[in-house]
Amino acid sequence: MRVSVQSEDFNIANEIALLSENRTDLGAIASFTGLVRDIHGDKSIKSMTLEHFPGMAEQELEKIGHEAEKRWPIQGLTIIHRYGKLLPGDQIVLVIATSHHREAAFNAAQFIMDWLKTDAPFWKKEETDEGTHWVAAKSDDDDKKARWE
Amino acid sequence: MNILYFALIRENIGKSSDDITLPDDVNNVKKLIEHLENKGENYKSAFAQSDLIRVAVNQEYVDLDHPIKNTDEVAIFPPMTGG
Repeated sequence: MRVSVQSEDFNIANEIALLSENRTDLGAIASFTGLVRDIHGDKSIKSMTLEHFPGMAEQELEKIGHEAEKRWPIQGLTIIHRYGKLLPGDQIVLVIATSHHREAAFNAAQFIMDWLKTDAPFWKKEETDEGTHWVAAKSDDDDKKARWE
Repeated sequence: MNILYFALIRENIGKSSDDITLPDDVNNVKKLIEHLENKGENYKSAFAQSDLIRVAVNQEYVDLDHPIKNTDEVAIFPPMTGG
């Protein structure tokens, strides 16, 4: 498993290549990329700043990844989460899961995203024309996590 | 004891950490928060909404009744919004 918490951008093709090169046994690669949107409700977003808890953030992402590995036969896993100031269109998070079959890869990627939303110590602050505010946690995200229990 | 604050809680308190010596009777997370609230209005307002407080002791999520000691690192922050 590769876990990285970084300010730099990531390249999806490079990350997929790291998991798939020199392998002929993989039947499926599922990847999810989260992006900064320029709109949140009725507010126009100029930028977003992500704060994290260094050390614990990496550790929690690894725990979530290990939990996915316990639940599905995954061959490879990459989780990258960025921090710092990001602009609309920028990439925030990447999850790639590889497996012999698609179901495990799809499920693992979705499971990791649902858990990461509520369990990984990251916080988003949005900058709009009207000022800045911390994004409130959504109970909807707790529901999405709960469906895997 | 080293205490870390993140996001809105860090901003409301006005700093990212505190280094305090734990009084003998402050032996769990709930009592620590009450103890910190006595330090000033900024702490009181930061911890005003108890349902919006999450705590990690030595980088593990814990409940408010979790025991603490002087050598622990306690982090206090709002619910996470990553992803």
